[in-house]
Amino acid sequence: MHPFELIRATDVPQALQKAANGSPAQSVRFVAGGTTLIDLMKLDVERPRQVIDINGLPLNKIELLPDGGLKVGALVRNSDFAHHPNVVRDYAVLSQALLAGASAQLRNMATTGGNLLQRTRCVYFRDTSLPCNKREPGSGCPAIKGFNRTLAILGTSEHCIATNPSDMNVALTALEATIHLQGPKGERSVPINQFFLLPGDTPHRETVIEPGELITFVTLPPPMDGSRSVYLKLRDRASYEFALSSAAVVANVSGGKINRARVALGGVGTKPWRSFEAEKALEGQSATEDQFRSAAEAALQGARPQSMNGFKVELAKRCLVRALKLAAKTA
Amino acid sequence: MPKPDEKPASEDQLHSDGHSRRAFLLRLGAAGMAATAKPLSGFARSAEPKTEQSSGQSNLPGLIPVTLRVNGQEHRIRIDPRTTLLDCLRETLHLTGSKKGCDHGQCGACTVHINGRRINSCLTFAAMHQNEEITTIEGIGQPGHLHPMQAAFVQHDGYQCGYCTSGQIMSAVALLKEPCGPDDADVKELMSGNICRCGAYPNILAAIKEVRGHMNGGTKNASI
Repeated sequence: MHPFELIRATDVPQALQKAANGSPAQSVRFVAGGTTLIDLMKLDVERPRQVIDINGLPLNKIELLPDGGLKVGALVRNSDFAHHPNVVRDYAVLSQALLAGASAQLRNMATTGGNLLQRTRCVYFRDTSLPCNKREPGSGCPAIKGFNRTLAILGTSEHCIATNPSDMNVALTALEATIHLQGPKGERSVPINQFFLLPGDTPHRETVIEPGELITFVTLPPPMDGSRSVYLKLRDRASYEFALSSAAVVANVSGGKINRARVALGGVGTKPWRSFEAEKALEGQSATEDQFRSAAEAALQGARPQSMNGFKVELAKRCLVRALKLAAKTA
Repeated sequence: MPKPDEKPASEDQLHSDGHSRRAFLLRLGAAGMAATAKPLSGFARSAEPKTEQSSGQSNLPGLIPVTLRVNGQEHRIRIDPRTTLLDCLRETLHLTGSKKGCDHGQCGACTVHINGRRINSCLTFAAMHQNEEITTIEGIGQPGHLHPMQAAFVQHDGYQCGYCTSGQIMSAVALLKEPCGPDDADVKELMSGNICRCGAYPNILAAIKEVRGHMNGGTKNASI
């Protein structure tokens, strides 16, 4: 591991100031749970010169908002987030997604802000002896013609097919969460669907976060009226594994009709994959398996499978159909 | 089957001549140098804060002063900021019960408690844990005073090679205070962060079930 300076911050302005003092700005990292950053520092994928420990910042609370939504601090640990009574009651998809991720130990460490910035598990990204456009722009993407079984089929480019590995992000996308940032230029709020960037020809840029900016909290809108929500995750083993395909569904179904639906897919996209196509195919329609299948076909219409991950197209469709059946209580 | 109050053989276990295997190996490694290893230094307990000198490198530039509270004992040390909590526990404080398996948060052998909650000590820097209560397997119980979970692991033979055992036990002890359903599947799910390559899972499950059963009024004793 490359040497670095470990700096402690106790409030947000201090953390931002210390980040602004870092030189160059690209070599500064905030550390919270450390479960991604320290892992990647050991692999030399991350080589920060300054690491700012933000665990002392007062961002570890979940508060109820006047409009009925939730305000979740960036330092709330995944385990606390998953078990918070309001989350369990009003945002089941999120609680389920958080508990489907990692292990109990890692969930006690990993934070809301850190999970949003979780890096891909693409083996080429994690191995510094191999080229990777995400790690070293312009060096090439051996995954496209290499071992790509677990990689993305949606949102890919000729430069990168790395999957966003998070479960939490998929649920937050279906819930239409907003990410709140503070940085040298002040505060701003970004809807989650605009927070993550497609790889395009800049796969090293994964989010809209600028150097020196800090995620301070995430807000959730009030729960959808009369809705049920489900997170379904399919993987190579029953627990403690990343998704091959997952689906987050929030739906209001009454009298056999789908009034409103929000759909996001995980394990198949280069970012947490909101499927407006599936939602359009569902809303106003009957809650039948045929209709769910039509929505799944629409969601995967743009899929571009690689040599080893073609199975994900059908897997993702079946995953979404099953999740919709569970949410509509027809399963 | 060993009796529940017996500790499984470990690298730290005192042999009848008062020496441990680790102490022997440490001495062997130090034999060619002027330094002499201090056997069992990590186990000496006193109320006074301890200043560790063991590595012989405590005045190197780049080291930072850190105070850690481990198993109720305060340690004032100087470490490289890169030192993970696991490496600090093992190499600086000589608390070698926590094991290094994958060193990437994938196996759970390094599991310790921070303020009563289990974490992977390999994926965090020691210097990030000042003013916190760190508990390792050594702080959970000792020979003659085993934690009920340690005793249950002995009774149910919840290990083979033993390398993952301290992490398994630290996870299992933490699990007792976590939201966990009543079924075997619930326990298995919450123990999935601890890998046992010998495959002692059924016996590990039996040990945890027994302790949970006792906690719930002794009505759910596990069968092996």
